[in-house]
Amino acid sequence: MKELTYTVAAREALDEEMARDPRIFVMGEGIGKRGGNFNTTLGLYEKYGPLRLCDTPIAERGFIGLAVGAAMSGSIPVIDFMMVDFILDAMGEIINQMAKMQYMSSGRLRMPMVLRGCIGIGGAAATHHSGSYYSIFSNIPGLRVIVPTTPADVKGMFRTALRGNDPVIMLEHKNLLSNKGLVPDEDYTTPFGQARIARAGKHVTAVGVALTVQKCVQAAEVLAKQGIEVEVIDPRSTSPLDIATILQSVKKTGRLMIVDDAFEPCGFGAEVSAQVGAHGFDDLDAPIRRLSGAFAPTPYSPPLEQEIVPSVETITKALYDLVKE
Amino acid sequence: MEKDTGLLLYRNMLLIRMSEERLAQSRQAGLVHGACHTYVGEEAVATGVCAHLNQDDMVFSTHRGHGHALAKGVSPFEVMAELYGRETGCSHGRGGSMHLFKPEVGLMGTSGIVGPCILQAAGAGYTFKLLGKPNVAVAFFGDGASNNGAFHEGVNLAAIYKLPVLFVCENNLYATEVPSSYSSGNPDIYQRAIGYGIPGVKVDGNDAWEMFLAAGEAVRRARAGEGPTLIEAKTYRTRAHSEGMRDVGYRTQEEVESWKARDPIKMLRDRLLRDHTADEDDIDNVHNEVTARVTDDHQRAADSPWPKGSDALSHVYFEGA
Ligand SMILES: Cc1ncc(C[n+]2csc(CCOP(=O)(O)OP(=O)(O)O)c2C)c(N)n1
Ligand SMILES: [Mg+2]
Repeated sequence: MKELTYTVAAREALDEEMARDPRIFVMGEGIGKRGGNFNTTLGLYEKYGPLRLCDTPIAERGFIGLAVGAAMSGSIPVIDFMMVDFILDAMGEIINQMAKMQYMSSGRLRMPMVLRGCIGIGGAAATHHSGSYYSIFSNIPGLRVIVPTTPADVKGMFRTALRGNDPVIMLEHKNLLSNKGLVPDEDYTTPFGQARIARAGKHVTAVGVALTVQKCVQAAEVLAKQGIEVEVIDPRSTSPLDIATILQSVKKTGRLMIVDDAFEPCGFGAEVSAQVGAHGFDDLDAPIRRLSGAFAPTPYSPPLEQEIVPSVETITKALYDLVKE
Repeated sequence: MEKDTGLLLYRNMLLIRMSEERLAQSRQAGLVHGACHTYVGEEAVATGVCAHLNQDDMVFSTHRGHGHALAKGVSPFEVMAELYGRETGCSHGRGGSMHLFKPEVGLMGTSGIVGPCILQAAGAGYTFKLLGKPNVAVAFFGDGASNNGAFHEGVNLAAIYKLPVLFVCENNLYATEVPSSYSSGNPDIYQRAIGYGIPGVKVDGNDAWEMFLAAGEAVRRARAGEGPTLIEAKTYRTRAHSEGMRDVGYRTQEEVESWKARDPIKMLRDRLLRDHTADEDDIDNVHNEVTARVTDDHQRAADSPWPKGSDALSHVYFEGA
């Protein structure tokens, strides 16, 4: 084991897989010599050259459409898009083409490709640099949507993505990038659709996504001092979703809260609630609760920005209230 | 050049420059919370174009939009207060640098997304044509944006409908750190106008007077119903892409210095004095006025109240007049 930051762990996965598989190439703005806006490809240009670390114009629809064709014809493109907000122009390519290609070709074409980059509210980035959108992507058949939260997971899941045959959207919360954690030395992969118990507990289950997993763990630490044991679950991928682990936890705790920065209506929390309502109804001792980002574009000014996302304080209070219900 | 025009251009460029130098200091002091892309070195472009615009003409801008906002008549106070996150900012603290809005004076928004301003300006041109208004719309955008699909679709739409639009490409040679010579098949962006059947003009974007003349002709054409013009202003940003960002490794110090030597404010000053359009006293007066204005506006902005957290959810939908 060694201690790496989230960014370095992801970069190691990319580097090692590029060394193994000459079909992998990366496209994005400033990912060549510059090494990526978030250092995602630092040092790789020197190693693999301009064809495999391909700097693009600001043409997201164009280069994602190109990558779809590249995947269809036998390469493995990685799109490094910086902020998820920037690829919304490419939604037609993503939903109509990338996601449906295997189906349309009756499985004759494979679509091994990865779109990766940042999500999340924070740092007064304002509304064009704060999107999450995992719920939207998870609504689309044909896509894999992964939201790793630890250095070990991002390395293992990025590897799985690069060795797989489905299009994967890997969303990295910008406030997790400099987190450090232990990463195994061996050649491991982390499967999609397997949740991780981030902290064990017995009184209430909290399911987070991306940064809210960390915030839920912090809230659990506060509540532990008051004798309340929160079980925090990190689904790691929102599609496929490991509902079994969540159901198992609810069987034990009888209480469920989904905590999520993204918008609530038709969102990730609604999906988890519906599935637990359908398959775990008898285990519930209280209504399922959701705590989500406000249903509004993201404001800039810090006092406004703080107001619209779940904080450790609001999560702690909501979990406490749920336990007392 | 008439004295009034010359001094107006000079004053407006200086107002942008001093406001942004103040913003850069404020960012170091922690007053600016998010990103801050300055326009330092490119002031002649917005200044030359906006000198022809009336309040009800519309400007659609980019992530590098402080200069466009100020040239269109947003006060330094409202721009600074916005970057300081205050209720008195032009977007009431909701937007910051990349979401400056003041439709009251025709500043229809700066943007965190590269490209859409080109399409939106075409849309405003459509409104003007539909409603028979004598106005023009202007899209400012970078060399980087010109390689986004929005450029092709927006310019072509404006061309086929003969819309009153100016497409002003600020070619500062780089998109972040990527040279335009790398990302453009032909880095002379004005030449693309041929493909759309509209005039394309190359201008020295550091020469305020040249900018003023080129924009004047494009605005005249637009108002006369002759359709859009593509203007490529060759210019340069002399500070980092974004304040606080590394600024080495992708361009040489000699290149930066050669453009600093062609500073647009200094170039206009030299011209004003050389042609005896204005004298040193006139120039000093402008300096004194702008310095006082920027100092005062900064102070008022920094002293302004924060927005209330409870207001975070207002304006998501229409709330009545
Ligand atoms: C759709 C989109 N993609 C990427 C970005 C990130 N980004 C912000 S500014 C910028 C470079 C813009 O270059 P250019 O258009 O030349 O404008 P300049 O910064 O040089 O004024 C990039 C890539 C973005 N904001 N929006
Ligand atoms: Mg540029």
